Amino acid sequence: MKYLLVEDNQELANAICSRMKLDGHVIDHADKIQDAIAYAETGEYDLVLLDIMLPDGDGRSFLKHQRDQEKDTPIIVLTARSQVSDRISILDLGADDYVTKPFDHAELQARCRAVLRRKAGATQPVLQFGDVAFNQLAGQLTVKGEVINLRNRELRLFELLLNARGQIFSKQKLVDRLFSYDEDVSENAVEVYIGRLRKHLEDTSLNITTHRGLGYRLDND
Amino acid sequence: MTDGLRISSSLQKRMMVTLIAGAAILAIILFFIVRGYAAKIAQDGQDNILGASVSSILDAAVIRDGTVEVDFPYASFSMLDTDLDDRVFYAIYQDGELISGYENLPQLSQVRGTQSVFQTLQFEDNQVRIASATRTLIGARDRTEVSVSIAQTQDALSRTLNRISRNVAAFGAGFFALVALLSYWATATTIKPLMRLASSVEKRGPQDLSPFQKEVPAEMVPLVSSLNTLMGRLDQSLTQSEDFIAEAAHRVRTPLATVRSYAEATLQRVSKKENRAALRSMVRAIDESSRAASQLLDHAMITFRADHLQKERIDLVDLVQELAVRLAPIAEMKDVEFNLQNDPSVEIHGDLILIQNAIRNLIDNALKYSPNEAAINIAIRSSPRPYVEICDQGPGFPPDDMANLTKRFTRGKNADGTIGSGLGLTIAKDVATAHDGALELSNHPKGGACVILSF
Repeated sequence: MKYLLVEDNQELANAICSRMKLDGHVIDHADKIQDAIAYAETGEYDLVLLDIMLPDGDGRSFLKHQRDQEKDTPIIVLTARSQVSDRISILDLGADDYVTKPFDHAELQARCRAVLRRKAGATQPVLQFGDVAFNQLAGQLTVKGEVINLRNRELRLFELLLNARGQIFSKQKLVDRLFSYDEDVSENAVEVYIGRLRKHLEDTSLNITTHRGLGYRLDND
Repeated sequence: MTDGLRISSSLQKRMMVTLIAGAAILAIILFFIVRGYAAKIAQDGQDNILGASVSSILDAAVIRDGTVEVDFPYASFSMLDTDLDDRVFYAIYQDGELISGYENLPQLSQVRGTQSVFQTLQFEDNQVRIASATRTLIGARDRTEVSVSIAQTQDALSRTLNRISRNVAAFGAGFFALVALLSYWATATTIKPLMRLASSVEKRGPQDLSPFQKEVPAEMVPLVSSLNTLMGRLDQSLTQSEDFIAEAAHRVRTPLATVRSYAEATLQRVSKKENRAALRSMVRAIDESSRAASQLLDHAMITFRADHLQKERIDLVDLVQELAVRLAPIAEMKDVEFNLQNDPSVEIHGDLILIQNAIRNLIDNALKYSPNEAAINIAIRSSPRPYVEICDQGPGFPPDDMANLTKRFTRGKNADGTIGSGLGLTIAKDVATAHDGALELSNHPKGGACVILSF
């Protein structure tokens, strides 16, 4: 996915960018509305993350500009405002969703996913691995022509492994990525999800292997 | 709208009463003036005839051989004929001695000369009008004074007067009725701009603090301009405080967000157990403080708004569905599903922002305590009274604490390890109270906490 981040706080922007890159996304960063408009005009983005209070004006003017130009790139607003009336005006202006700062990165990801799924049209990129097809936007896994209903964590785990095929993920890393910080989960919880995914992918070209002491890896045979 | 207002009286009623009372007084005065005037004209008519009759008799009086002779002209009595056959009395005196007529007919003392004098008095149980005049007759040797008095009963006159009175009274009543109608119309027309102003104030949305632009009568300009000034000031102070809160929140939350993101990113890279634990605690502390800040702000906002509810019609079904869509991504993170069961439409009259806040807090709570891959059941029903019920499949409320959980900053004994500020249920309870509703906590027999917010 290609994201545009509009955020004037350099530190926060860096943090978000590095986290997005970690998840395998491409991300451009603008710290002013003017730059954001220039980026949006030259590049095709799947999603825009937009801060509200920017040095050269209110982020809502960018939102309005985009919608006036009839650009329907999904926009998620990152707001420090928590007043309900602010949230309502943000949505009224055509934002697809908002996250209140400080946010859980997993929540931001979940919201991005939800918005992308909502906006996705009929033609969606489908990744094909033998008899396994995966629609990244819809989050839909098809094995031997049969649609499999993945639970959210299974889906995220699958995406993670799939996007970095051949790379080993430690249990710890997977826990960090799959569970939020207010959940006290043991690393063994990951085993449950790995087990389920293996069952779904049985007898296909995709294969999850355990590397004792290291972690798990997805391979495409 | 009129709660707490002391109502002195209706302006329209007061104007109408004043106008109608004025009209009544005028009608009564008019009645007496017209009646008096008519009576005077009628009396003058009778006096003229009586005077003429007296004159014609006096004219007929002559002295012949020292004696006074009076030959009554026919017309002198015939002119006194009336429809009701009023009785006529007469008396003729010569130098004060009665020579003909009714001897007890009173003589008018102030009579001097041929000019008739008139008086109304009682005679033989009748009210009569009497005219008297005197004439000095000069004979060959002597001179003598002849006076004539003619009295007539007043039956015809009374009848005429009564008729006039009746007509005048009827006219007066008609005039009064017309004035009453006119005053109703006049007061209604006068009061209309005031009513229009009131209804346009009432129709305004809760957030609308813009000044009135419509034309108003000159008399209302001071009222409307002070209203506009007041609203301007209110708008300004609201905007200022909202801006301040937004700015303050921005200043606090943005660095928190930065720290949180860094901590999260660092957590991905470190593997030493103590470092990871420290970073996790850091993230949790940030979440705690930001949640507490949000809820404190929400709570302050609710305390303020509870005294100034901005009520509107709300469909609880729409509201909960919207919230469920909004919270779905968070629920998905734990693979939690929302099961909504609802009546087609459950309408209440309340403050949208407050109710939204209360229900969001309740669903948030359910999400926090719900185990992974579980369901949260939400029911929205309109009877026995409109309510929203939210049940999770978590550990439920600790039974000993149940009564205290809605108090500020109180958290259940089993809440350790879950991020929260202890304000969520307080907010929901305060919102319920502000709407004369209730918040009931219970534990589901099959496990899990249930809350019912009813209105």
